[in-house]
Amino acid sequence: MVNGARLEVRGVSHAFALEKRALPVLEDIDFTAEPGEFVALLGPSGCGKSTLLRLVAGLEPPTEGRLLVDGREITGTDPSRTIMFQDPTLFPWRTVRGNAQIGPEARGTLRADAGRIDDALSLVGLSAFAEALPHQLSGGMAQRASLARALVNQPRVLMLDEPLGKLDSLTRLAMQRELVALWEREGFTALLVTHDVEEALLLADRVLVLSDRPARIRADIRVEQQRPRRRDHPGLVARREEILGLLGLAEAT
Amino acid sequence: MSATTLGARIAAPAARAPFWPSGWAAGLAWIGTAALISLWPDADDLGRSWELAVLAAGFGAAIQAGAIAATLPALAPRLAPLRAAGPWLLVLALALTAWELVTAKLDWLPRPFFAAPQSILEVFTDDYARLGESVWRSVLLVVPGYALGASIGFLFGVAMGWSRLVGYWAHPVVRLIGPLPATAWLPIAFFAFTSSRGASTFLIALASFFPVTVLTWSGVSAVSKSYYDVARTMGATPWFLVRKVAVPAAMPSVFVGLFVGLGASFSVLVVAEMMGVKAGLGWYMQWAQGWAAYANMYAALLVLALMCSSAVTLLFRLRDHLLSWQKGLVRW
Repeated sequence: MVNGARLEVRGVSHAFALEKRALPVLEDIDFTAEPGEFVALLGPSGCGKSTLLRLVAGLEPPTEGRLLVDGREITGTDPSRTIMFQDPTLFPWRTVRGNAQIGPEARGTLRADAGRIDDALSLVGLSAFAEALPHQLSGGMAQRASLARALVNQPRVLMLDEPLGKLDSLTRLAMQRELVALWEREGFTALLVTHDVEEALLLADRVLVLSDRPARIRADIRVEQQRPRRRDHPGLVARREEILGLLGLAEAT
Repeated sequence: MSATTLGARIAAPAARAPFWPSGWAAGLAWIGTAALISLWPDADDLGRSWELAVLAAGFGAAIQAGAIAATLPALAPRLAPLRAAGPWLLVLALALTAWELVTAKLDWLPRPFFAAPQSILEVFTDDYARLGESVWRSVLLVVPGYALGASIGFLFGVAMGWSRLVGYWAHPVVRLIGPLPATAWLPIAFFAFTSSRGASTFLIALASFFPVTVLTWSGVSAVSKSYYDVARTMGATPWFLVRKVAVPAAMPSVFVGLFVGLGASFSVLVVAEMMGVKAGLGWYMQWAQGWAAYANMYAALLVLALMCSSAVTLLFRLRDHLLSWQKGLVRW
């Protein structure tokens, strides 16, 4: 059942070349996500969280350090490590189904994976909208389609780059619940980037609190509460205060 | 969707298809025009006045029939587009009357520079063979030239947008040569190619090549990086990225290039036919002017306009079909 991969990030630092000057964004990031673990990367906007996901996805190599999946070094992109971006980034010229099948199509496994595409669409509740075009979808539906597109590839590591950041608050609550249900069902290792403390605490097993740019790990906080979690649970409220304190945002009591 | 059809169904019986005033006015105006053409003697001896009157009367009667049919509930929905054209049909009848008056009836405008409507009709009835041949020869010249230029331009534009190396070498060349009007190559083309047909095809291809190249290139360059990221994380090869990401995303821009290139092709076609090719509509116009047969010239001009407009319509149909995923397309 657990088909998540073990992800090791070892001493990773990364810098952007900006007009001949190096702009450091990540500094000595070091952690291990166990197979099937749900890890949230929490930090202020623009601190470099998304960059870390790009490195794990293999879209860019790190300036320093190593990234390993099940002990093997990440050298490039792989369908077993997919990202769900903040913007749905659906191809507007393709229907929902057309978008969901991009992975199998790119790898030439369209016929073998036909059933999986239908499964993924029904899993996110979009079966009835398979032939709809992206511009006909609401924000939440578009993000679900994007999720289906990632799930079709049966990821062992699913990276979620603030996937709910642009949704209205009601859709957001519903999708948080759906994400947890999916993760419990599929067993992938999840890496969620967010700047929403509550979202991190509701979803994740572990919250890595990152500093301002260049991002360093300020704290590694374990969230033990049983799921489904309630946002007003005293344990979570205490954790929330702790994290806000770490970010220098503690509420005066 | 279902709500609107439902609404229409409920509304339909209640709305008695209303009277169509501009249709009635247009029908009567066309019949009036026909009467004027046939009953008022021409100032000079002109052919085909009677035929023109019959055509106008027939057209008027058809509009009249349409105006009556448009009030019948069974036919009303189908005739709705015709209804919208009512004011145009009326104005056209009035314009034809005015034209007829100042040329055939009152002879106010100097002939032969201004032809009467029946004289142009006479060109179509008497010289249709040569006119038809000219259209065919123009089509045979412009279609291969345009197809060649547009295809090479498309491939070139994709290569420039995709490969940094191709872009590096091609960009300065395209920048220098591209804005040069294709007709400037005319003298060179006609001695470089042994046949005027080859020269014209080359020029037409060149004229369509430039806009298609530039707009394909800019379309491919403007493709959002995140589309590539998405496809790459899911195992896409570079070839997949070109075919299934870059090209479809660039298509709206490509069609702008195809549209601009089509206009440039027609411009070169006419010039080439006037300068060296001894066939086609451009040649026909030049030839007619040499004989002071201005009516023939106007007739050819009208045919040329119809041909160019049809080509653009065809292109837009293709675009509407291929880019139906886009919102808010401009309707042609």
